[in-house]
Amino acid sequence: MKRWLLLSLPLLILAGCQSSQSALETHGPSARHLGDLIWLFSGVATVIWLLVVLVMLVALARLPKHAAEGRAERDARMKPVVIAAVIATAVIVTGLTVASYFTTRAIGEPREAVLDITVRGQQWWWQFLYSDPGAGGFETANELHVPVGKPVRLRLESPDVIHSFWVPSLAGKMDLIPGRTNVLTIRADRPGVYRGQCAEFCGIQHGHMSLFVIAEPVEKYEAWAALQRSAAAVPDDADALAGRTVFLSKPCAACHTVRGTEAKGKTGPDLTHVGGRGTIAAGTLDNTRGGMAAWIADPQTVKPGNNMPLVTLAPEELRQISAYMESLK
Amino acid sequence: MNAVKGRTVLFVVIAPFVLTGAALGWLRESRSYRTAPPVTAELETSRLLPIGIGGAPAEVYFASGSVYEKDAYNLSQGKRLYDWFGCPACHGDGRGKNGPSFLDGWWLYGPDMVSIMASIRNGRPHGMPAFRDRMTEEQIWQLAGYVETIGAYKALIAAPSRNDGIHTRPSENRAPAVILFEQGPVGNRREQGPTP
Repeated sequence: MKRWLLLSLPLLILAGCQSSQSALETHGPSARHLGDLIWLFSGVATVIWLLVVLVMLVALARLPKHAAEGRAERDARMKPVVIAAVIATAVIVTGLTVASYFTTRAIGEPREAVLDITVRGQQWWWQFLYSDPGAGGFETANELHVPVGKPVRLRLESPDVIHSFWVPSLAGKMDLIPGRTNVLTIRADRPGVYRGQCAEFCGIQHGHMSLFVIAEPVEKYEAWAALQRSAAAVPDDADALAGRTVFLSKPCAACHTVRGTEAKGKTGPDLTHVGGRGTIAAGTLDNTRGGMAAWIADPQTVKPGNNMPLVTLAPEELRQISAYMESLK
Repeated sequence: MNAVKGRTVLFVVIAPFVLTGAALGWLRESRSYRTAPPVTAELETSRLLPIGIGGAPAEVYFASGSVYEKDAYNLSQGKRLYDWFGCPACHGDGRGKNGPSFLDGWWLYGPDMVSIMASIRNGRPHGMPAFRDRMTEEQIWQLAGYVETIGAYKALIAAPSRNDGIHTRPSENRAPAVILFEQGPVGNRREQGPTP
């Protein structure tokens, strides 16, 4: 019983395949090509493994029959088998190489896109710059909204260290390299939330650098984009209003932007509509008033080594500032 | 036989070096990401002399090991803040632009931590803005520690991270002010002229 339990433990790993972040649950063309390739390789490898085991068992069973055989005799008998195996190996390896080549070509093909988004890997969060020459651009963080079924071109950049953008359900990995721009076109074929994360070790908080791609129907996406383009509203709640004053008078405003106020810092995430995001600190905490307060009160304990300093606040100010952040929908 | 003996001798001579090297490599600078709020509150009490130059840091500064001057992590953070808070706009890569240079070895308000920290925190006449409301106390000290290394006369063991771009001047831990020291105008008493 115990042994069976132990043996079934690796099956637990399979549980990871069912999630919003899986290369086997494909919802975009690039990911589908890669998924097919994974299945092809796994399938071929499995068949070969079974055949090898089978041949070995047959050989073992027939061992006594040929025990008295001389060397020359055996070589003569084995010759056709060995030749066949070598040819089969050459054919299979060539076949897989060709399949891999076509997959790489298919996912690398430049495609027309309806939307251009610059993705900048920061230490340790994702900055998304939406550029739209007609309607004006805006900036957001860690949550990439895209219209369903439409190809979106991502320009991947990094100011300092190498990151890798990986949303397994939509596309393969692509590195963000300082000093150059890599282009990745993604398309989500089904509305939903796809989790992704940094796939290249980039520093102490590499593990807390996740992102969410949120694919929505076009009308819903347009409504979201229109809201993002607008400046932050002045809150009517008394607490939040007081929080706004605290936010602007403390060092917060030196690093963060809230459009519509004097806060124009460029080094931290844009907070104009931070209240509308699902998580904070690149997926580290849920975006609730409590989560926000915990983060602001002591960012270095929640996510050690990140670049947000501890700003000393009175308990009252912390409450107000969290209320203000929550009000920025 | 001789070959074996030679190998043994070689081993005995080299092994201590290898082991010492490994032990030194094993020692990692301890890193504190967060200065405890009571310590930063205490640091805020560091005072300048009335003339605005020189002064004494709060005692807690020495008690905590002057980390902002000696610790590679804090120096790196200071280097990042130097860019983040726009210092290069006036001070360039350290050689000055519209603002004064740190690299020529001339410190208008003295080369000590408190003077530099006070310049950042409270600002100075002729255009140096106060960063009191824009940076936390910890950040001000980190930045001050880094600025001190830009015009340092002594080589340091701890170094901040390397530039992301091309280096335009000697590294911070190589006593850059000694290399780039500029004599400047010599006063009436030449024999008392400045030497680094």
